Amino acid sequence: MTPTPFIAFGLLLALAPALPGIATRTKSALTGRRGAPVMQLYADLAKLVRKQVVYSRTTTPVFQIGAVVALSTVLVAGCLLPLDGHAAILGFTGDLVAFAGLLGLGRFALVLAGLDTGSSFEGMGASREVTIAAFAEPALFLCFTVLFLATGHLSLESMLGGPLAKAWVSASPSLALSGAALFMLTLAETGRVPVDDPATHLELTMIHEVIVLDHSGPDLALIHYGSAVKLALFGSLVVSVFVPRGALPAAPAIAVLLTGLVVVAVAIGVVEATMARLRMNRVSQFLVAASALAAFGVILELR
Amino acid sequence: MPPLHDLLLLGVILTNFWVLGTTRLSATIRATAVQGLLLGMLPLALHPAWSLHTIGLGLGTILIKAMVIPMFLSRAIREASVRREIEPLIGFTASLCLGAVAVALSFGIAQRLPLPEANSGLVVPVALATVIVGLLVLTTRNKALTQVVGYLILENGIYVFGLSQVERVPFLVELGVLLDIFVGVFIMGIVVFHINREFDSIDSTRLTALRDE
Repeated sequence: MTPTPFIAFGLLLALAPALPGIATRTKSALTGRRGAPVMQLYADLAKLVRKQVVYSRTTTPVFQIGAVVALSTVLVAGCLLPLDGHAAILGFTGDLVAFAGLLGLGRFALVLAGLDTGSSFEGMGASREVTIAAFAEPALFLCFTVLFLATGHLSLESMLGGPLAKAWVSASPSLALSGAALFMLTLAETGRVPVDDPATHLELTMIHEVIVLDHSGPDLALIHYGSAVKLALFGSLVVSVFVPRGALPAAPAIAVLLTGLVVVAVAIGVVEATMARLRMNRVSQFLVAASALAAFGVILELR
Repeated sequence: MPPLHDLLLLGVILTNFWVLGTTRLSATIRATAVQGLLLGMLPLALHPAWSLHTIGLGLGTILIKAMVIPMFLSRAIREASVRREIEPLIGFTASLCLGAVAVALSFGIAQRLPLPEANSGLVVPVALATVIVGLLVLTTRNKALTQVVGYLILENGIYVFGLSQVERVPFLVELGVLLDIFVGVFIMGIVVFHINREFDSIDSTRLTALRDE
């Protein structure tokens, strides 16, 4: 086995915390402010890791393993993606279900940890997070269905690797639709603006942030790092769909991926600067619209 | 790359979804304007041998559907000062789902219809889907203006269907239809204006109540 998938994954893990910084910086620049430095999350993580963990007496071990499960599931999910454009670290037929399931498990662990604290705010955030996930997951599977129908392969490694470049010749409209739906999903899954606002300071309006209110120190660092990696993973899904890298050698493919991730982060920043956050009852509509786009792609492929 | 006319037809479907999913009246009007523009470019893309017929049809469509009618409708919402569709009979999420079902159905039906070969396999299904979406908007929204938009979308679907037969339909018939639409929308605009003046609202469900309140 070649070392390039490991190199790609390592680079992704190293650069992931810069992506939220780039998005925030873009948003600040577009709204006439300077904003936090791009490397802010690295500094935050370094600060949190040095701190002590405080556990509330009402919590149980469910709370303590939440952060670890959340990060490790995201890391394993990352091993399923062909980040160098050819091979994944762990690829097998049907691994797309494992990808969605692992991300779901990570979210489940965090939601349980939030509920375990007994705080009503965290319970509310947990309920919202799960509501959004219930709408996001069908859309994700519809996007994968489009990729499957276009390439004829059932593993992420092949769906996003070599066969995708050939599929762009014949199935470009449906692939573009599923790419757009994946970008909408990225916004929802990583808690960015039209769905959730990472900059909010009011517990009532938080979704992702409120679940982790009771986490502290290294645990919080794990969660923050995990959500940055999740953003990078969804970003690389979007980049892989829009820019098929199967024909490129590994090194340029990795370079294209990293450039693409920066572009996705800037796009997220632009969306955050230009859109207001949606009301909670409109969020489902946003995600159903993503599903409708992907479903339309499926119909075009089935024709 | 797929041919240009297929992309235009996909754009027509996307504008249908846009109308189904948005609450703002100005956004629905913008969506119909975009749809009109796409429809105007369609005859030129579908029939690469441009003739006076197709060019006239395209320009006429763009002029009326993408410029005159949207401007007229925007003026109407300015005067009636309504911004949003508040309580449609079928919610926005549900109507988006229904729209997706409509698209699936029309692709299924179009394959079974005994029709002469069209230039693009997408013309007939897109036409059917647009007609169904138009009907959906026309029947499930309460504001008279959104209903006008639904009527326009319905007619756009019929127009797309006619495009598959454009060589066999005389130019005059097409122009007559365009003129009819224009007059129809004009009359509806006046009706909307009168409803607004009488009831202080363009909610057409109010018309079923006879008593003064």
